[in-house]
Amino acid sequence: MTAADPVASAGQDRWAEATQLRLTWWRFRRHRLAVISLVVIALFYLIAAFADFLAINDPHATDARRSFIPPQAIHFFDENGFNPHIYGLRGVRDRQTFQLVYTPDPNRKLPVRLFTRGYNYNLLGLIEMDIHLIGVIGAQRGEGIFLLGTDQLGRDLFSRMIVATRVSLFIGLAGVTLSLVLGVLLGGISGLYGGWVDTVIQRVIEVLRSIPTIPLWMGLAAALPNSWSTLQVYFAITIIISLIGWTDLARVVRGRFLALREEDFVVAAELAGASQGRIIFRHMLPSFMSHVIAAVSLALPAMIVSETALSFLGLGLRPPAVSWGILLQDAQNIQVLSGAPWLLSAAVPVILVILAFNFLGDGLRDAADPYG
Amino acid sequence: MQCLLLQDAFRHAPDRAGGAGRDTNAHAYLMLSYLLQRLGLALVTCLFISALTFIIIRLPPGDFVDAYIANLTASGSSVSQEQAEAMRREYGLDQPVLVQYVRWMGRVFQGDFGVSMVWRRPVTEVIGDRLWLTMVVSLAALFLTWAIALPIGIYSAVRQYSIGDYIFTTLGFIGLAIPNFLLALILMYLGFRYLGLNVGGLFSPDYVQAPWSWARVWDLIKHLPLPAAVLALAGTAQLIRIMRANLLDELRRPYVVTARAKGLSEMRAILKYPVRAALNPFASSVAYLFPYLVSGSIVVSLVLGLPTVGPLLLQALVAQDMFLAGAIVLLLGVMTVIGTLISDILLMWIDPRIRLEGRA
Repeated sequence: MTAADPVASAGQDRWAEATQLRLTWWRFRRHRLAVISLVVIALFYLIAAFADFLAINDPHATDARRSFIPPQAIHFFDENGFNPHIYGLRGVRDRQTFQLVYTPDPNRKLPVRLFTRGYNYNLLGLIEMDIHLIGVIGAQRGEGIFLLGTDQLGRDLFSRMIVATRVSLFIGLAGVTLSLVLGVLLGGISGLYGGWVDTVIQRVIEVLRSIPTIPLWMGLAAALPNSWSTLQVYFAITIIISLIGWTDLARVVRGRFLALREEDFVVAAELAGASQGRIIFRHMLPSFMSHVIAAVSLALPAMIVSETALSFLGLGLRPPAVSWGILLQDAQNIQVLSGAPWLLSAAVPVILVILAFNFLGDGLRDAADPYG
Repeated sequence: MQCLLLQDAFRHAPDRAGGAGRDTNAHAYLMLSYLLQRLGLALVTCLFISALTFIIIRLPPGDFVDAYIANLTASGSSVSQEQAEAMRREYGLDQPVLVQYVRWMGRVFQGDFGVSMVWRRPVTEVIGDRLWLTMVVSLAALFLTWAIALPIGIYSAVRQYSIGDYIFTTLGFIGLAIPNFLLALILMYLGFRYLGLNVGGLFSPDYVQAPWSWARVWDLIKHLPLPAAVLALAGTAQLIRIMRANLLDELRRPYVVTARAKGLSEMRAILKYPVRAALNPFASSVAYLFPYLVSGSIVVSLVLGLPTVGPLLLQALVAQDMFLAGAIVLLLGVMTVIGTLISDILLMWIDPRIRLEGRA
């Protein structure tokens, strides 16, 4: 089928000739919030892809002399006009608490410039480079821009948050892919064959849904051997959290299969002698693809929250891996939090991403049925 | 399945319109089969949970005796090879896994969950009333969810696209987007920063160690709203949306127009039939909301320092105190299943459609 040009053809024809994908897109565009959310999510994945370029300081570099530096502001103008800079820091030891308290030193200005040299990294895992989007010039050891402050070990929270985007977003994608495979497979079998297979799978889903998940996953996650590498733990956690998500997807797929099985075009294909595989993949799958995509975009935030919660409890990913949950782990303690409230800022991207995915999923669900 | 067959038989009964006695008979039969079905599913779920729990207990490398010996060695004393073997025999660790599972289940049925390694006391003693407090917090959250979601859901549907509707929808989305443990963290910080008080805990300092009394119960009730609200937020947001959508569907039905045309007051025309009809999915949401709340209470308890099983579970898992951890996972799972079962039965009394069709 050729895609209709929405401008050239007149009103009614436009709708009649458009492919389903195009119709879905038109419908989706009407949902303003969903479109904005799509942009936000795309931005987040861009940040994840170019995380090291956007990070300012080495996210793993520790420095005891710069622990708990409060967030610094960039000043854009000085007496000479436009000259972005930050103030140097002066650490004074508090005589009562014996803690270093940092105050900006207006006499020491560090110019902030674009495309400065910093720590080495591989861009997209391919190109080795050391250019970062912004940085300071003429910094001494221990100096730098700490837009969101530093943690106890003196690591730059802003850079860590940027780098954590990668892990947090992709663990969601990997988990959702896994549960999609499980969900489509089991939901498809359930909806297609019906009978006792359907009954068994439906009961399994009901059983899984009536178990409080977090204690179970906590138990499974805690049982991962300590000797495992960060990568192994990453995959194990992905598998564990994807065991939550598949039931919802399976329900969606089964529901669509049941509805489509009776449709005229499926019966027609059957009568024309099409093989079962062809009927499923050529005729049925395209017509419920959009439903699956909508379900996926609603399952993704749940995955991200699961990972964040597990890592927050210290049972998920392990350092040196950086995820939003691991960053929030530092903020667990009210004593630490009262002294360094900026540690909570990792909550902001979590909330933003979940919100965006929810709006997107909502918009997609409405758009999934463009004829409705 | 069986139930559906019965339902068919009921429909095709030739003398259906005949005697009322027959009708009630079939009715009672349906209800019974529905009850049995739910009960059977609950049992299967419990079995499934117990198997998973057993797997979790056995997952860490080495067995219980290894861990016990390591624990003893760490504290200075030592255990001989023979003693270790004797212990293995005593706990049946030399038997096949299936036998071990059955034995473990047997002990569990007698209320013996084993000994906590970290606390050196029976697991049941360590858990104490933490399990009940977990349930109290989760139930409070459940009731709060209903109490908030019902009126707001009705309002949002009746006044669709009003400013109030938009405000509640937005709030609902935000509520959905903030994971409850983050909300707890933020509230903790705000409470500490601006009110200068520690908002955590379930009891005032005076009552933490006190034996149960009416004063202590009252103290608990006074401390419940905050954790319950934190837990209830996401569920409330979801339920408002479901209630709104359902009621909107019902409000467009002709019978509502008829009710209005007959001169029923607006209040009655809405509350008497459409709201009741829209309540069904609302009430059946308990089945998934309750496990969700119990789950959430674990993480939230850690942040707010609630004396529930949450912090205990985390400690046990980190220390690989697997009997304690296993007991908590099992008890939480089973209590959730019982809670869901009770809600199913209640639902059957509330909604005649379930009573008659025999399914949720």
